[in-house]
Amino acid sequence: MSTQQQQPETQEAPEDPEMKGAESPVDEKEKEDGMIDQTAADASELEGKTVLIKVFRYDPEVEGKQEPRFDDFHVPFEKGMTVLDAVMYARDTYDSSLTFRHSCRQAVCGSDAFFVNGKQRLGCKTQIADLEHPVRIEPLPHQEVVKDLVVDMDHFYDQMHTVEPYFQDEDTPNPADLEEQRQSPENREKIKMSSRCIWCGACMSSCNIAAGDNNYLGPAAINKAYKFAMDDREGEAIKEHRLRILEQEHGVWRCQTQFSCTEVCPKDIPLTEHIQELKREAVKKNLKFW
Amino acid sequence: MYEHDVIVVGAGGAGLRAAVAADEAGADVALVSKLHPVRSHTGAAEGGINAALQEGDDWELHAYDTMKGSDYLGDAPAVETLAQDAPEDTMRLEHWGMPFSREEDGRVSQRPFGGLSYPRTTYAGAETGHHLLHTMYEQVVKRGIQVYDEWYVMDLATTDEDDPNDRECHGVVAYDVQSGQIEGFKANQGVVLATGGPGQAFDHTTNAVSCTGDGHAMAYRAGAPLEDMEFIQFHPTSLPSTGVLISEGVRGEGGILYNSEGERFMFEHGYANNSGELASRDVVARAELTEVQEGRGVNDEYVHLDMRHLGEERILDRLENILHLAEDFEGVDGLVEPMPVKPGQHYAMGGIEVDENGQTCIDGLYAAGECACVSVHGGNRLGGNALPELIVFGKRAGRHAAGDDLGEPQIKTGYGDDVEDETETELPVQPGSAGLESSGGVAADGGVAADAEGILQRKVETARERVDRLMDKDDGVQHAEIRAKLQQAMTDYVNVFRTEEGVKKALRLIRECREEYQDVYVDDPSRTFNTDLQQTIETRNLIDVAETIALGALVRNEFRGAHWRQENQNRDDENWLKHTLVSWDDGAPSIFYRPVILEGESKTYEPKERSY
Repeated sequence: MSTQQQQPETQEAPEDPEMKGAESPVDEKEKEDGMIDQTAADASELEGKTVLIKVFRYDPEVEGKQEPRFDDFHVPFEKGMTVLDAVMYARDTYDSSLTFRHSCRQAVCGSDAFFVNGKQRLGCKTQIADLEHPVRIEPLPHQEVVKDLVVDMDHFYDQMHTVEPYFQDEDTPNPADLEEQRQSPENREKIKMSSRCIWCGACMSSCNIAAGDNNYLGPAAINKAYKFAMDDREGEAIKEHRLRILEQEHGVWRCQTQFSCTEVCPKDIPLTEHIQELKREAVKKNLKFW
Repeated sequence: MYEHDVIVVGAGGAGLRAAVAADEAGADVALVSKLHPVRSHTGAAEGGINAALQEGDDWELHAYDTMKGSDYLGDAPAVETLAQDAPEDTMRLEHWGMPFSREEDGRVSQRPFGGLSYPRTTYAGAETGHHLLHTMYEQVVKRGIQVYDEWYVMDLATTDEDDPNDRECHGVVAYDVQSGQIEGFKANQGVVLATGGPGQAFDHTTNAVSCTGDGHAMAYRAGAPLEDMEFIQFHPTSLPSTGVLISEGVRGEGGILYNSEGERFMFEHGYANNSGELASRDVVARAELTEVQEGRGVNDEYVHLDMRHLGEERILDRLENILHLAEDFEGVDGLVEPMPVKPGQHYAMGGIEVDENGQTCIDGLYAAGECACVSVHGGNRLGGNALPELIVFGKRAGRHAAGDDLGEPQIKTGYGDDVEDETETELPVQPGSAGLESSGGVAADGGVAADAEGILQRKVETARERVDRLMDKDDGVQHAEIRAKLQQAMTDYVNVFRTEEGVKKALRLIRECREEYQDVYVDDPSRTFNTDLQQTIETRNLIDVAETIALGALVRNEFRGAHWRQENQNRDDENWLKHTLVSWDDGAPSIFYRPVILEGESKTYEPKERSY
């Protein structure tokens, strides 16, 4: 067949997947006039300009997106703009197929943990003005990518469930008599930080050990167990039961105190310290030392 | 097709509590939620749980405060049930390990909240909802209750008798967000809707992006009326830039509101000479906006909330979360400067009409939590009354759906002898259906009662066709455009201050949204995690719900609770001690009324002037 053959006029050009991201202005002139340079800038410098975000794209189903890539979006900066605001703007303005989880946008639902400029962060509480530009937004590492910024959280949930994450009291009194269990303010204070976990998965994603050992309980699940184990209301026998779960081969002893979980936790939970404390508790109880 | 005894839609506080209650009553329960349970919006609640726990307090005082706070639009049997059940249900949370804040003697702490005659708000720091949500989810895990997370429920499978009171609900149709697969879920005993609020109908809201009124819209189109939808609570303290909530706990602990002239305006301008900042929410929200309108706002937009004088120790102990929110979302350090705040849409007092057992007028269909209207909040919800509502009425709906006998309800539902028809309201446009996409939500069986499976199968097919149509269409309008227009209309015209002309404008704009929606399409061609598709379906729900809010706001020509009307700034007890009900009647909304029940167990609540 001759290569000279004309395409029929009626045939539409195949859709270029790259076009979607490109709907946002990317021309060189823009770059010179209004765009941010590759340096960090404070909020006042950003006013009236656009921010370049480079967003990871992947969809197993759609031709042209099966090969992972980054799309560029230029987002007009507004004071107070967060990473979540920026990806929402990109989705609603340029490409409605841009996919990510989000809900509360106030750092409590834990669904929008992304890998932003090489660090696990919550999109909704990360100010664009605090970041180096351009801003690179990727799904959490070490988790299977479902689509774009959405990762499969099943393994994370499974690990959380492994530690029996529910209160177990030794002797349940009848709540109808309106007597609460007593807990000292000090004991409540002790478990306070651990109880703030929002299950975002940032810690697990940042942990080298979890990346190499799929069975490692991981910082979030261990912290969940800490919340119960340190709560005086549960009693000693149950605490011992919890420590037995934690001191198993893939439990607390796997932690090599690299502090990466603590560093990325958006709720400032001292995860590594909690893991260390549980190691000490296990030793005190003469439990097995792996 | 999946099959369970009880199917709970939504896994926030009310849904989780309903599931646990149904499980305890012996039913095989499934939770179906578009989010993973711990992502639910209950987690964002900050303030606390009202429950008469201490000596010197009792449930009758709680009921009285709630009736007064509701501006006498709460139904006494519901309000008394809330006040009576809240103490035990709150203690049950404590026994399930919820980390409440504690007093020196180890008992749970309670603090003052707006409109309460006793400091009965039990709390866990300023993150009570987070702890409640996680505590409840833990109980679901403990019981091994089946959770279908990230399954978006699109529709209910109900029969199609002419009278909604004769209809039955046999299950739901949902699609798996992750794979796009659409399936039927058969409920042998009942469906409990616990889908939360419709805050996304407004553009400045404290609500999560997921709060799109899905349950409201599905129940409404299936024939269950929506009640008192005009009563939207605007929380006085949301952050101006994002709408993020600053808990009433700040004022409960002694936080002070100032205008740009440094005046403590709640007192100095006479808005609430007794309670000041702790007057109920509608009063404070109007006061703030009046200050802004009269030129005493900061940057013509907001006022200041100051907690510096409380001292670092107390702030860190009880309001630490607030410091983080102010810092992260407004760049303000609450320890050294006041926080900017303005009213934001926060809560829908109205919802799917249910009785005190959680049942709608449709057999087998229940609702609980913010999507339901029992009604306990009437014209205005008191701070700290949403969380006890979740656990009390979530529990009751779950138990009842599982077959427990909770006794004959005193509250009636559906269209019956006790209702009054609305015939006279002049509407600026024809509300309701605008064509194919807006057709009713009832299975068309030609009046012949098919079996449950047949009805469900037909609904599944209809849903698949609907999705195919949205996906196949390759040009048109995108949902984001319509949603933005709808949100703007509601914020402009159905906000804290309302005028007849404004509400009519809103109805016209809602109509335009509905017509544009006929041309809506989904651009994302993928079935995998297609949020474009999900949001397109949600937007349709928002249009229906927004319309009921505007219709209620138009017909109620009086000033009650959160509903302020320029034309009539007085409460009109003679004509308006009644609930507004909007039902979807063959593709168009019809409006009717039902009297408020002011007779309680042992006394009648006499409407009084509501002063604070």
